[in-house]
Amino acid sequence: MTAYISTISSQSSLALEARALGCVRGDKTLFSGLNFLITAGDCLHVRGENGVGKTTLLRILTGLSQPESGAVLWNQQALNSQSSAYHRDLLFLGHRDALKEELTALENLQMYAAIDDVQLLLEDAMAALRRFGLRGRENLPIHCLSAGQKRRVLMARMLTRQARLWILDEPFNALDAKAVVELEGLIAEHLSAGGLLVLTSHQAVNIANVKVLEL
Amino acid sequence: MSALLAMIRRDLLLVMRRKSEVLTALFFFVVVTSLFPLGIGADTALLRKIAPGVIWVAALLSTLLGLQRMFAADYADGALEQIALSPQPMVLLVAGKMIAHWMVCGLPLVILAPIIGIQFDLDTSSLYILMGTLLLGTPVLSLLGSIGAALTLGVRGGSILMSLLVLPLYIPVLIFGAGAVYANSVGLGTSGHFSLLGALLILALAFVPWVTAAAVKIAIE
Repeated sequence: MTAYISTISSQSSLALEARALGCVRGDKTLFSGLNFLITAGDCLHVRGENGVGKTTLLRILTGLSQPESGAVLWNQQALNSQSSAYHRDLLFLGHRDALKEELTALENLQMYAAIDDVQLLLEDAMAALRRFGLRGRENLPIHCLSAGQKRRVLMARMLTRQARLWILDEPFNALDAKAVVELEGLIAEHLSAGGLLVLTSHQAVNIANVKVLEL
Repeated sequence: MSALLAMIRRDLLLVMRRKSEVLTALFFFVVVTSLFPLGIGADTALLRKIAPGVIWVAALLSTLLGLQRMFAADYADGALEQIALSPQPMVLLVAGKMIAHWMVCGLPLVILAPIIGIQFDLDTSSLYILMGTLLLGTPVLSLLGSIGAALTLGVRGGSILMSLLVLPLYIPVLIFGAGAVYANSVGLGTSGHFSLLGALLILALAFVPWVTAAAVKIAIE
């Protein structure tokens, strides 16, 4: 239940740390005494059976849920003391896509850029959508897209969000083989640019030097 | 400030794409207020007397119809989590949703009120007073209603529970809103009613966005 991962890299201050995290749902203790530390360029793969608390752990890491015990630290500071700064660095994609069905793919990207306070030029948004195979579908409402195409819109959002820490819940769901490769490429880019990643996945992930946390 | 505008623009765009939901609430207001003159008949004295109450009650109920939509769709598809994870202040984002709700469900009532008032044989000064009270009162309805909408997120049968929570809070607005029109019709001053409605609006603006933001955070935890 415990994993000690990585050492503090001195050249970068970006670090996500969990200290003695514990979570209780009802009578059941999902996990306790969970420690890990990831720094710039690290990828943490959270694994475990269904219902073991993977999604709960990710929600605690985002600050959406509170842990029963322990604390999550971003750059050595507790989340609660710096939620705005942390949210600026954070992109969380849960198992629901959070895309508005009535809006087009492009409008969804622009809408989230405005809410996330990110500068997004029209050309960049279009380029992001085209990179992930949505050429010609930029102006279709989301409800006309397939499940896999919706995930591709999310990949375009990951590209345009400019976040340092990605927390992704089952990002490989509903993707075809080509899209899986594209997403792995996107993740590799993110990590090599000094980003951090926490993800859950039931598939084996093809990402260089990934750290595994078994729940 | 950009957060507020971004949220208003987003919600208005969503409404434009799904007009039927909004038009239902407006149609409800028009139809209910039109049924009274039809049912009561051409007793103009009686119609004039009941007009403020009927129009205000219809306004309360049609606001309630739109309230369910304020957070429920965003809650269901996960967008509310994304909003909560925005680096911008949650209070401003939530306030944006309230303003958008008022622009869609409150402002049209203010504009429709004179037309509805004519059916009740209201004179010009009463119509102005009615519009004035609605202009001050409907934002309070949207603000107070947002608390109920946020508290009942994810609750089964939430819309009925929300009505029970919110309608009692609407009573002061109803009393002073309808009271102003009545006071004017019997020749009394209305400045007191307007002052109290204004005070309610200021009070609601000062507290409700924080309360609703906290309620939303609890709902998505």
